[in-house]
Amino acid sequence: MAPLIQTQQLRHVYSAGTPFEHVAVDNIDFSAEAGEFIGIIGHTGSGKSTFIQHLNGLLKPTSGQVLFNGEDIWKIKTRDVRFQVGLVFQYPEYQLFEETVFQDIAFGPRNMKLTEEEVKSRVLKAANVVGISEDLLDKSPFELSGGQKRRVAIAGVIAMQPKVLILDEPTAGLDPQGRNSILDNIRAYRDATGATIIMVSHSMEEMAENVERLVVFNDAKIVMDGQPSNVFSRADELKNMGLDVPLVTEVFLQLRNMGLAIDSSVYTVSQARDLILSMKGGKLRA
Amino acid sequence: MSELIKFENTTFAYPESSENLAQLVFENLNLEIEEGSFVAVLGHNGSGKSTLAKHMNSVLLPSGGKVWIAGYDSLNEADIINIRRNVGMVFQNPDNQIVSNVVEEDVAFAPENLGIPPAEIRQRVDEALKLVGMYDYRDHAPHLLSGGQKQRIAIAGVIAMRPRCIVLDEPTAMLDPKGRKDVIETISRLNRESGITVVLITHHMSEAARADRLIVMSDGKIIADDVPQNVFCDVKLLNSAGLTVPDTTALLYELNELGADLPLKAVSVSECAEVLYDYITKGN
Amino acid sequence: MLKDITLGQYFPGKTFIHRLDPRTKLIITVLYIVTLFTAHWLVSYALVLAFLLMCLRVAKIPLVTIGKSLKPLVIIIILTAVLNMFYTPGEELVSFWRITITKEGVFNAVKMVLRITMLITGTFMLTYTTSPIMLTDGLEMLLNPLKKIKVPVHELAMMMSIALRFIPTLIEETDKIISAQKARGADFESGNIMQRAKALIPILVPLFISSFRRADELAVAMECRCYHGGEGRTRMRILKFSANDWIALGIGVALLVTVIVLKVFGL
Repeated sequence: MAPLIQTQQLRHVYSAGTPFEHVAVDNIDFSAEAGEFIGIIGHTGSGKSTFIQHLNGLLKPTSGQVLFNGEDIWKIKTRDVRFQVGLVFQYPEYQLFEETVFQDIAFGPRNMKLTEEEVKSRVLKAANVVGISEDLLDKSPFELSGGQKRRVAIAGVIAMQPKVLILDEPTAGLDPQGRNSILDNIRAYRDATGATIIMVSHSMEEMAENVERLVVFNDAKIVMDGQPSNVFSRADELKNMGLDVPLVTEVFLQLRNMGLAIDSSVYTVSQARDLILSMKGGKLRA
Repeated sequence: MSELIKFENTTFAYPESSENLAQLVFENLNLEIEEGSFVAVLGHNGSGKSTLAKHMNSVLLPSGGKVWIAGYDSLNEADIINIRRNVGMVFQNPDNQIVSNVVEEDVAFAPENLGIPPAEIRQRVDEALKLVGMYDYRDHAPHLLSGGQKQRIAIAGVIAMRPRCIVLDEPTAMLDPKGRKDVIETISRLNRESGITVVLITHHMSEAARADRLIVMSDGKIIADDVPQNVFCDVKLLNSAGLTVPDTTALLYELNELGADLPLKAVSVSECAEVLYDYITKGN
Repeated sequence: MLKDITLGQYFPGKTFIHRLDPRTKLIITVLYIVTLFTAHWLVSYALVLAFLLMCLRVAKIPLVTIGKSLKPLVIIIILTAVLNMFYTPGEELVSFWRITITKEGVFNAVKMVLRITMLITGTFMLTYTTSPIMLTDGLEMLLNPLKKIKVPVHELAMMMSIALRFIPTLIEETDKIISAQKARGADFESGNIMQRAKALIPILVPLFISSFRRADELAVAMECRCYHGGEGRTRMRILKFSANDWIALGIGVALLVTVIVLKVFGL
């Protein structure tokens, strides 16, 4: 069976034929299956934003293809693909415009021409996923706090019940509590629907805690694609690309440099704790 | 060292409006910022840290008590220019504080407002741009620069007033890691080398760790005020304030919870690795 | 995309024209416009065109750039040409159905197209070679005498320069909002006029809100940098007329005088 979403030799050139010509993504072969939680990292300008805008047909490839369920999205009705592949932009709260939270979340489903009954049920479900209580639905979105606005905006995309949910730095500018609740919401959506999640983030700790697969962009190309432990174990390469590795990985790499025979593919606090525990023979708990 | 900014039993409440009830942010707050220090203020959203910052150069005025800034009473409207030329402010969104289409013209904005003679403005602008490492970009258009570069332009725009203190209200919240690093490097250098007092409002632990004094705010109260290493040791307190400690500290803390006795002060990667090295190799 | 619009953009440089005082360039632009409307026909047009091409060359502005800038205005240019072609009475060239094309019409159309293109290109030259700040500075100084009759010259100049500063930012933001709403299935391409107008609401509302927020934040940031109006304000760059400015002005005046003389001779 064809993967849920796939790109073949995807290439995009901005301002082609002018002195500002710039290859943003080049020869990208990527595919994702249902239910995967994929993280995308790469420094600013590495092509990751351009790439994700191809997945729902906002940008048209200069060459190459984007396939959804095996079909070229530019050969079917592209707008319908956007309901299947939801994209949440950076700072999505700046796109809110309706008079009430309910109306705003309903914008996507209404564009899908669903019945008003179905729209309502989807709005309620989406609000529930992102933890927006029903009494907030009649309020103006502009009265909410920053974190709440962000969640309403995400609900606006979730309400279309996309099979693939792409989020561009969904936690940017939030405090730790806000960050955690957004990440909880995203996981809740996947658990409830089995959707594929593709998340762009600069926070390696966030990636370490959430994703099962990590794709690294550098200079318009995918340079690494694998399990976080594999990707993070190539710390030196990542650093050369101007990327960070999780603090825990850095500590373990240092331990290894200090001469300790230790597995440096750990990347979360709990993994590190368990590893140290096992090295101490598990007899810590007194 | 003497204090540059002093909060004296300061109370602030957002006044009642048609949509909102009056909202008390902090009450009887006392705080002194020493000249030449690098102070980080940490807190969750809505903890009052931003409101605190805006009192430091009279963007907001206390509803009760006093704020003394460089010896001036912030309530005294006649001194407002004196206050603002001594304490500059950098905001979160770099786009919304740049007034001009050309980098150097933007940096010149404040000195121009202060009525400084043209030759000296030129000198100040060049100096400020060199201090933030943006001199080579002096005739660029700001909208084509990265977020981190824009933020450094905004800092230069404040430096050009030759202030004694810069207050930065979450200057890195909208930046990528590279931009964040550059901005933090720039402000620590300004503090170290030019002796400018820095007040950095942030919710990034790693940034706060660079300061020599860390103030933690929660619900309008100062709940911790010490050197960063000491504050980070109190993991429970930080968690209760909706903040997280760096993963290095978190790891040591979790091991301690399981019976180890590791010093939580080891915040940096190398310190943490050393502590763990000793711990793992000892007794095995 | 909206970003590709080069209309009114400034191209930094250090050429003779770039270094001229903005006041000189403003005056020459006015002289140029007057000249263009005085110009009678061929010889004069050729002369003005030569002047324009010389300016482009000196300022090192490639013709491609001009072409790109003219692109969004092509419709206006074509419309002018068509109107002139059909509605000028005179000697009949072609006639079909109710439309007659006259010799004078074709003549007028060519003339108008040339005139408009040269007019636009000429004014573009001003913005290409003068930073918006210099331009507002120059305008502010030229208009300074109006302060005596209570015209808020400084405020107007400030507003203009801030508007110029924020145009690229707002264009970028509009692009982003359009993409974000498209991602939610917004349809801007189909439907009748009413439906299309309604489809703009999801773009305009966020854009307005964000503009107000920006204005608010900018006002505070400006105050924090001790802005308190035009009084007592100095400028880093002092505008000073140099020998080059006088030379340039001389050329501008000479061009106008020549064209007037040519007009007398019907050239």
